Amino acid sequence: MNKKNNKKPTFLFIGRNSTDGIFSKKNKKLLSDPLDDNNPITVQVLGICSALAITVQLKPAVVMTASVIFVMACSNVIISILRNLIPNRIRIIVFLVVISSLVALVDQFLKAYAYDVSKELSIFIGLIVTNCIVMGRLEAYALGNSVWKSFLDGIGNAIGYGVILILVAFFRELLGSGNLWGMQVVPDFLYESWYVNNGLMLLSPMALITVGIIIWIQRSFNKKLIEKG
Amino acid sequence: MNRDSNFYTFLFVGIMIVGIASILAFTSQTLKPMQDENVKNEKMQNILSTVGINVSRDEAEESYKKFITQELALKIDGSINENINPFSDLNLAKELKKDYEDQHFPLYVAEINSEKYYIIELRGTGLWDAIWGYISLKSDFNTVNGVSFDHKGETAGLGAEITKEWFKESFKDEKIFDNEGKLVGITVLKGNNDPNNSDKDDHEVDAISGSTITGDGVTDMIYERINNYLPYLTIINGKVSMR
Repeated sequence: MNKKNNKKPTFLFIGRNSTDGIFSKKNKKLLSDPLDDNNPITVQVLGICSALAITVQLKPAVVMTASVIFVMACSNVIISILRNLIPNRIRIIVFLVVISSLVALVDQFLKAYAYDVSKELSIFIGLIVTNCIVMGRLEAYALGNSVWKSFLDGIGNAIGYGVILILVAFFRELLGSGNLWGMQVVPDFLYESWYVNNGLMLLSPMALITVGIIIWIQRSFNKKLIEKG
Repeated sequence: MNRDSNFYTFLFVGIMIVGIASILAFTSQTLKPMQDENVKNEKMQNILSTVGINVSRDEAEESYKKFITQELALKIDGSINENINPFSDLNLAKELKKDYEDQHFPLYVAEINSEKYYIIELRGTGLWDAIWGYISLKSDFNTVNGVSFDHKGETAGLGAEITKEWFKESFKDEKIFDNEGKLVGITVLKGNNDPNNSDKDDHEVDAISGSTITGDGVTDMIYERINNYLPYLTIINGKVSMR
């Protein structure tokens, strides 16, 4: 480890040690990279479990995305602030404590202000703790980078995760129950003539297949992702 | 300080735990009144829904006061304990863990268009965790007027379907006593050859495929809980027949 760097901690001082500005090209890349080139779900294939579980309808997917954005941004910032204080041997435990406290906070707030949503998401809010993306970003990024950068990285990855989640939920709700956001969008005359909802879309296997199709489409457009040889 | 020393590690953990515990305790205490309010209103909503009154959570309290005319806490022998408020003081989950003689059961009486309905609280066990609900009986104490179910952690799409309207609908007008006046409850049964549930005298409703154990839990909970009210129903029914 570089001892010189340790003596001058970048405690909360946004961009003091780095030469680039708040929204430099490098920092913007932190936001945009996880959306496409380095998407946590479609490229790193992390956080699949929740992508299966809560994508039956659009609404819980959006709430889940919002919660994950909050948890990831906060936990990345907190860990980045503490990164020069955390004892190396227990760092994973510290990550867990920080993430689970944030999740407990989200849960409490939902129960008080959005009771129906909290009932709908029930255990899945708690399962944010086990979302490998959160833990992965803390270990891989926040532990070694400044606060502002970690914040952007957290937001970027959470949005990258959320975009796929919402996309999958969109198709599953539309094709599976003919609704969007709980409202019927497939017109009645289609049902009366020949159209039937695809019940299979509501089951978890179709979430995997939908994610697979999204990966396929993404790779056929993004040449960087195609493995050589 | 040496970040790898044991002392530092313990110090860090100690400070972290105290800090985080106080934040969480503070939030939990601040938000508790609002959460309790939500739970209370939802309970009122559920009770009302068994007698066919569906209101939003904000309107629940108003309608509850309007339609629920009596709240009774029944002792195990069927007499009424006046000292207990069944809505706020009785927690059926805790009651069922008490000694048999000390148990109390809540009974809500609703009056709609001068029809009386008796609402009984249910609680039992599904596949993964607790299931609960309410069942309302018409004034003959036999015909089911409506039910509402909820659960803690049944499988989404399978056991959790007990909360769906179509499942609850099938309990309507079923009878809980047989012709000889013996309590039989309502059985959630696979292959009862009555998927549309047109036979209302068979004491059976069609089960949900893939949720056998949750369905059995519903069956047991209806039978066992109504069983607790039999002493009271006998007292009241006696009065009814004498009239």
